[in-house]
Amino acid sequence: MKKLLLAILFVPALAWASEAAYRLDRAPLDAKDLLSLQAGARTFVNYCLNCHGAQYMRYNRLTDLGLTEAQIRDNLILTGAKVGETMKVALTEKDGKAMFGAAPPDLTVIGRARSADWLYTYLRTFYRDSKSPTGWNNAVYPQVAMPHALWSLQGERALEIVPAKDGHSPADYKWSRISAGTQNTVQYDTTVRDLVNFLVYMGEPAANERKRIGIVVLFVLGILFIFAYALKKEYWKDVK
Amino acid sequence: MANRLTALWNWFDARMPSVAEEFRKHMTEYYAPKNFNFWYFFGALSILVLAIQIVSGIFLTMNYKPDANLAFGSVEYIMRDVPGGWLIRYIHSTGGSAFFIVVYLHMFRGMLYGSYKQPRELVWIFGVLLYLTLMAEAFMGYLLPWGQMSYWGAQVIVNLFASVPFIGPDLALWIRGDYVVGDATLNRFFALHVIAIPLVLLGLVAAHILALHDVGSNNPDGVEIKKKKGPDGHPLDGIPFHPYYTVKDIAGAVVFMMLFCVVMFFVPEMGGYFLEYNNFIPADPLKTPAHIAPVWYFTPYYSILRAVPPLFTSQFPGVLAMGIAVLILFFLPWLDRSPVKSIRYRGIFYKSALAIFVVTFLVLGYLGTEPITVWGQFGPWLGNADVATVAARIFTALYFAFFLLMPWYTAIDPCKPEPDRVTM
Repeated sequence: MKKLLLAILFVPALAWASEAAYRLDRAPLDAKDLLSLQAGARTFVNYCLNCHGAQYMRYNRLTDLGLTEAQIRDNLILTGAKVGETMKVALTEKDGKAMFGAAPPDLTVIGRARSADWLYTYLRTFYRDSKSPTGWNNAVYPQVAMPHALWSLQGERALEIVPAKDGHSPADYKWSRISAGTQNTVQYDTTVRDLVNFLVYMGEPAANERKRIGIVVLFVLGILFIFAYALKKEYWKDVK
Repeated sequence: MANRLTALWNWFDARMPSVAEEFRKHMTEYYAPKNFNFWYFFGALSILVLAIQIVSGIFLTMNYKPDANLAFGSVEYIMRDVPGGWLIRYIHSTGGSAFFIVVYLHMFRGMLYGSYKQPRELVWIFGVLLYLTLMAEAFMGYLLPWGQMSYWGAQVIVNLFASVPFIGPDLALWIRGDYVVGDATLNRFFALHVIAIPLVLLGLVAAHILALHDVGSNNPDGVEIKKKKGPDGHPLDGIPFHPYYTVKDIAGAVVFMMLFCVVMFFVPEMGGYFLEYNNFIPADPLKTPAHIAPVWYFTPYYSILRAVPPLFTSQFPGVLAMGIAVLILFFLPWLDRSPVKSIRYRGIFYKSALAIFVVTFLVLGYLGTEPITVWGQFGPWLGNADVATVAARIFTALYFAFFLLMPWYTAIDPCKPEPDRVTM
């Protein structure tokens, strides 16, 4: 009986393959910084929107960022799309699969599926890897099918991963530079920060409005509570 | 004018059951104990959340598309292009979790004060039926956004039915309407979620309240107020539900709505517990997520399911344990053999058992949200077993012990004498 109990208690269950975790940097976002959001939108349409779509995001929604429809049409629509259309991409899922081995995912709500910190770190940790089909690999997302789309800005880097000797502690990541990009490290971090800021905004364009309305609603409910509580007190004063 | 209105009112009153009389019976002359405390808000709040869910749900269906190709996009359409759509959607998603919070607190109240005990067994049974129906409602609703967690959560749960001996595979096929969760499943879950199950819920709510108003409400002292009546025939410790408890519940409802709004307006995802992050990735039948976790309100039972080891590669024992874990609630009125109802007059055994049960439920709930590797492994001296799995097994045993040992520990519990009248 005891043996049976022990067996029931300790039958090894399914093991989850744990992802080799790269420590994420904190993304210094500011949802109210319109200049940062505009810069992020510019990077997005220039570097991301060739392969990734944002099929639920309308161009004219970018008026949220303090732009006029004319500015959006002239600066941010690089395809023949109309300003009321969504950010679709010409690349089909089938072609994407053929090119990269996996279709590039739609990015409309990527800022909600992945954390801002994840995106911020991921976009800054690509490195050259001759063993990968694209020639690129990533420290946060090993074996990712996506090549480094922003490499001309960041330049090329190499990474040596030294596993910890005890097998438990996190591995040691040794970065080295192969070639310089058009931006230095601080500039590139800012570019990625703006891009992630935009991706998070795009994930939920109503987020700022939501918080603004929330404060008003809570204030009104607070006042309502004063009256509701006074009413209750008044009725209950004769309950002994 | 006033005369005409009175005449109209009388015209109706002569032709249907008197509204005024029903209002008297259930409101102004329904005598509720005067000593209700904090725990007695959650019944009324459950009705409030039900109303919120029905109204917000109606508006959601106006733009939602129950179609495997369009569902995910239509939710994003609601979030972006429908004016105020994001608000309606967050009301409904926050309401889903809020429903379970108030219902769990409402059920806990019943356990605190022995509200399920004679003569309120039927009130409790209707309540457990409501809870089961609510679980079905939530499970089917969760498929509708058609994200990865919607899809794979449904896939896992429906596959549980496939483990039933003999009829399992056919049963799962019958539920899905396809060999995998697909468009047919989405359509039928939509139909069940928006009309069939809500109708059952409303009927059960009516039965729950009618049964309650027939036997009268319990109270924190667990004594029957109907035993001590005044010369007017009304319970001495009773006060009319309206206006006393309506005004009190309104104040409670405002506080509840404030908490609701804090979540809805500032943290609608609630750290991934109310809206799971993976559910913002569209359903992909070809890509199984590394970690599938149900929404938080199902996780205690999911933990029990995972804790029970498979027998001859069949998951059925776990499924059975999970089913029994819920169904055992029906038997609570007969498992409890204590002479007193309220925790105030119970002895150390029931008090300890209930405390352990609360911890058990919370730990099982937490473990259900995490992969089983969350607490690491024991050393080779325990066969490198996952700590979380061993913990889940111990707590599963405690969960069942709370119920199965109840006839014994409540019978020998050193209870205090109940007072004659309620205390304020």
